[in-house]
Amino acid sequence: MKYQKYANKFVDKPKYFLNCLKAFIAGGIVCEIGYFIQAAFMYFGVDRDTSGICSTILLICIAQLLTGFGCYDTIAKIGGAGVIVPITGFANSVVSPAMEFKKEGPVLGVGSKIFSLAGPVILLGIATSWAVGIIYWILMLF
Amino acid sequence: MNDKRIGKRTIKFPTLPEIIGAASVVGVKEGEGPQAQWFDKILQDDYYGEKTWEKAESKMLKNSISMAVENAGMQVQNIDVLLSGDLLNQLMSSSYMARDVGIPYLGLYGACSTMTESMLVGSIMVDGGYCVSAAAAASSHFATAERQFRMPLEHGNQRPPQAQWTATAAGSVVIKKNYGDTGAHDRHICITHGTIGRVIDPGITDTNFMGGAMAPAAYDTIRVHLADLDRKARDYDLILTGDLGIAGRHIMQDLTKNKPEFEGFKDIYEDCGAIMYDSNQDTHSGGSGCGCSASIICGRIIKELRQKKYKRVMLVSTGALVSTISKQQGETVPGIAHAVTLEVF
Repeated sequence: MKYQKYANKFVDKPKYFLNCLKAFIAGGIVCEIGYFIQAAFMYFGVDRDTSGICSTILLICIAQLLTGFGCYDTIAKIGGAGVIVPITGFANSVVSPAMEFKKEGPVLGVGSKIFSLAGPVILLGIATSWAVGIIYWILMLF
Repeated sequence: MNDKRIGKRTIKFPTLPEIIGAASVVGVKEGEGPQAQWFDKILQDDYYGEKTWEKAESKMLKNSISMAVENAGMQVQNIDVLLSGDLLNQLMSSSYMARDVGIPYLGLYGACSTMTESMLVGSIMVDGGYCVSAAAAASSHFATAERQFRMPLEHGNQRPPQAQWTATAAGSVVIKKNYGDTGAHDRHICITHGTIGRVIDPGITDTNFMGGAMAPAAYDTIRVHLADLDRKARDYDLILTGDLGIAGRHIMQDLTKNKPEFEGFKDIYEDCGAIMYDSNQDTHSGGSGCGCSASIICGRIIKELRQKKYKRVMLVSTGALVSTISKQQGETVPGIAHAVTLEVF
């Protein structure tokens, strides 16, 4: 990998600190919006758990709409991981391939490609929770 | 008796096939960049009135060919062979364009090196007497390339600093047997030599760093071309690589430093990817794609040669020969570069 090291010298290094700061602020804003939505529902008498679920749903809807309007990628360019790590990133990863593959029709286009980015997340998430469940059950035997 | 091969890998074209027509069609972003004045057609919209990006790219390619043929003062049905390529699976853009154009067609895949590959094969066919005229073309489109190789357009992923922007562009030239008459233009722009590239893989695993991966292949082809013809870099007015981009261009300049055959290289070297966009267009390391070198060669360089700005130029389109699954299989990024030398008479 000698050439790789040599070639890397000619590439501008990413501004790591600045990028982390932007991601931190963006992620914080997303979480604050989520918290605000939850608080709003609770203010109108909805219980805490349901308010939390409503907040998640609304964040997903906002991310889907922003992706559909073509703004999400511009926001993500600045916000980076701050908008990708929360549930908003998952929503974007489902809507963006759905939009992209509309041209190939609803079944073979949208249908087969919609989970192309989210698929690994869903699979590994379920597999991990299964594994954790097994470990928990074993531990509970003692 | 083989007098057309010179040295290790260079071919001479003694009948001096000439470029009698050229045209380029580019998309919106390219039309807002520093090369805008040179392109023959700039789209208002990257869909070009079509339902899909792939159809748009095919239409751009078809238009660049018909405009180049018109520029040559010919009719499309009188062109003997069409040589074209693009980045898409099964050369979708070229194949459907060729269906519409209807003349004999050879599809070529060299990734982003396709433009000079087409010109090389076209020159061989004309010089060898296998045809009188050949149209050589190549295209790429940002949206079709992203769709096939990378992420959906609306996805919130970030591009690293070494990434390049696939140009939405197409370019075409018409190469014809040189009869010695003045024809449609005052100058004869002739293809004198070509060097077929070989695949060089320097071991880069990052498919975003194509410029870095291709620079050694460009260096290899240019070095062999110069050595075979016993020339130095300063014997050329311009050596233009396809799409090494900003980072790749720096690497090329470093690789050629202090090498005697590359004496004078820095003063006459440029890269299409590095000049296609302005820094405020946020492309990171510049442009890439078959259309990047195709549009700049067919849009700008041919015009500059006609204006006698240069006497002798070497055009070296560069390609990264990855597939959509090679990285997932643990493969690195191999590069290739094909060279053609043009002279004005």
